[in-house]
Amino acid sequence: MNSISKLMIPLFVLFVIFYGYKKKIKIYDEFLEGAKNGLITVFHIFPSILAMVFAIHIFLNSGILDAFFKLLLPFFNRLNLPIEILPMAFVRPISGTASLAIMNDIFKNFGPDSFVGRLASTLQGCTDTTIYVLALYFGSIKINKTRYALSTGLFADLIGILASFLFVHLLF
Amino acid sequence: MINKLWGFFIIVGIVFSLIMGNISSLNDTILTSATSGVNMVLDLLPIIVLWCGIMQIAEKSGLLDKIGKVMRPLLSKLFPSLKKDSKALGYITSNIAANMMGLGSAATPFGLKAMEEMQKENKNKEEASDAMITFLVLNTSGVTIIPTTVIALRLMYHSQNPEEIILSAILATICASIAGLTLDYFRRRKRK
Repeated sequence: MNSISKLMIPLFVLFVIFYGYKKKIKIYDEFLEGAKNGLITVFHIFPSILAMVFAIHIFLNSGILDAFFKLLLPFFNRLNLPIEILPMAFVRPISGTASLAIMNDIFKNFGPDSFVGRLASTLQGCTDTTIYVLALYFGSIKINKTRYALSTGLFADLIGILASFLFVHLLF
Repeated sequence: MINKLWGFFIIVGIVFSLIMGNISSLNDTILTSATSGVNMVLDLLPIIVLWCGIMQIAEKSGLLDKIGKVMRPLLSKLFPSLKKDSKALGYITSNIAANMMGLGSAATPFGLKAMEEMQKENKNKEEASDAMITFLVLNTSGVTIIPTTVIALRLMYHSQNPEEIILSAILATICASIAGLTLDYFRRRKRK
């Protein structure tokens, strides 16, 4: 499956270029035009990414989440749930790199084939970094009234987390 | 809401660091987070510039419209507010396809172009349109079929079967997407 995924990009590029060639488009000129617009897009998303990274780093590095999870530990032990997954579930919508780092730790400490390891894998695979995606996409077109986008996205994440628990329990 | 969240992250982060006495690490964080932000943009820059170039060819040759047409019956149900021949449909399809294949970084430029096209049809340029929110909900619940990074990392830690989590991830994704789209549908209708 991985090799199919790796073939997709070269085949797609080949197909686009070939199709443009056949339709007698000035492919090189069009490429340059598009690339120039891409550069402008990057210019537009730059401040929103910087702003989000700044806020998220201050929040995550303050250690407030660790303190919060310590508070929840007795509760989780009673329910027989693995507390290790909680930081990851929390961080997943906020930062892709941070949740990947937590998953890495879980693999190192418990192994990828443990319950927590499978749960972490499912979680990482099933949702995306909601807050980052919102900041990026809305920032690129300078929209500041996002209406109900964030809460709906986070609700979908929550359902994804609960569903991950359920399916990892059922399937393994 | 992003405004409030952004402020919340910073205020809570700084106040908590001060209470815990982590002043030097707080200083480091403030000074170095900008560098991390720049690095993130620099990682994105070549991919976005390259794919915007390729997609310009796809757009001018009419290929993008063709891609959009194939998915139109399904997408017009999900995005009823978009025009029938909207260019956004082609980009939305490409974005979803790239996400499904686990090509997250290639998906981003398509998503940005989709937003740009939707913004052209948006009446209030400062406020998110219905179609944009649906698109983002679909995007953030991550329609991944092959989570390539996860599989690679599992392999690195000698998993007996690195691909075994594909099924549970797909099922969980479907639940998240359906839940998100349902809530989005009801909230969209409530507005009218």
